[in-house]
Amino acid sequence: MNPKELLVESLSRAVQDVFSTMLGASVVPGDVILEHGAPEAQDGVLSFIGLAGSWVGSGSVSCSPAVACRVCSHMLMTESTAVNEEVLDAVAELTNMIVGSIKNDLERELGPLGLSIPTVVFGRNFRTKSAGHAEWIVRRFHWDSDVFEVRICLAPGERPNAPQPNAFALINPIGV
Amino acid sequence: MESDVLVVDDSAAIRKILQRVLRQTGMAIGSIYEVGDGQEALEVLASHKVDLVLTDINMPKMDGIQLLAALKGAPEWRGVPVVMVTTEGGEAKVGEAVRLGAAGYVRKPFSADQIKEKLVGLLPAGMPL
Repeated sequence: MNPKELLVESLSRAVQDVFSTMLGASVVPGDVILEHGAPEAQDGVLSFIGLAGSWVGSGSVSCSPAVACRVCSHMLMTESTAVNEEVLDAVAELTNMIVGSIKNDLERELGPLGLSIPTVVFGRNFRTKSAGHAEWIVRRFHWDSDVFEVRICLAPGERPNAPQPNAFALINPIGV
Repeated sequence: MESDVLVVDDSAAIRKILQRVLRQTGMAIGSIYEVGDGQEALEVLASHKVDLVLTDINMPKMDGIQLLAALKGAPEWRGVPVVMVTTEGGEAKVGEAVRLGAAGYVRKPFSADQIKEKLVGLLPAGMPL
């Protein structure tokens, strides 16, 4: 299995496992899309984590404010109706567990990888830009009638095991 | 006799989940202290005696491995069992935690049952009701 196939398989397994274990929820993976360059401007909640080691990259989860509240409500067994610090923390931890699970899978093939602390953004009309030119694997997941997106990019590092900055730069955040 | 527990994780969500799971174990749990990193954990431990530490690994300031090393290197804390609750599942991190004296290792995502299983036998009052 090549790294891309491994990533796709690991990503789907990680998302389904985290939702099932921590949220008691079942999600259905959609199509896999490969993206190059910066995505369209987006609204909502975006949480991302950097991966570093002999391979470097990032993983992210993006969703609407309503889905973010739903994640928090299921994870913490509380009623969340508006995006607040607790909701952002829940989405950040969800991302941490998903990307962490993927990292653990990949380490068997790619060697040790480091995981950054998650960063989460909430706003309107913001764009993200990756510092590299790597291809993004994007997979949508359906949670009943809701949808959220998980993205990951990973490429061989130029300097194996060198510390890497987080691959995301945020452009034009509004209302964060 | 009730057991006091310290939960160390930079995610408030995980701290809340672990508190809930601890209360649901059926074990005699007393106070549950919660902090966001290893440094804050040492500050709490300087003034509170606890019977168990549950700690994440990846945290700002002082991570869970550094905290574990600090606890096992101090005579007054050496006997406190430390369970790692973390996304880190690589052999290197698990091996380091075991070498330093971790009493258990639970990988996130975790179920309540996985946490309960690790606690049996670790807490002085660890007899499920």
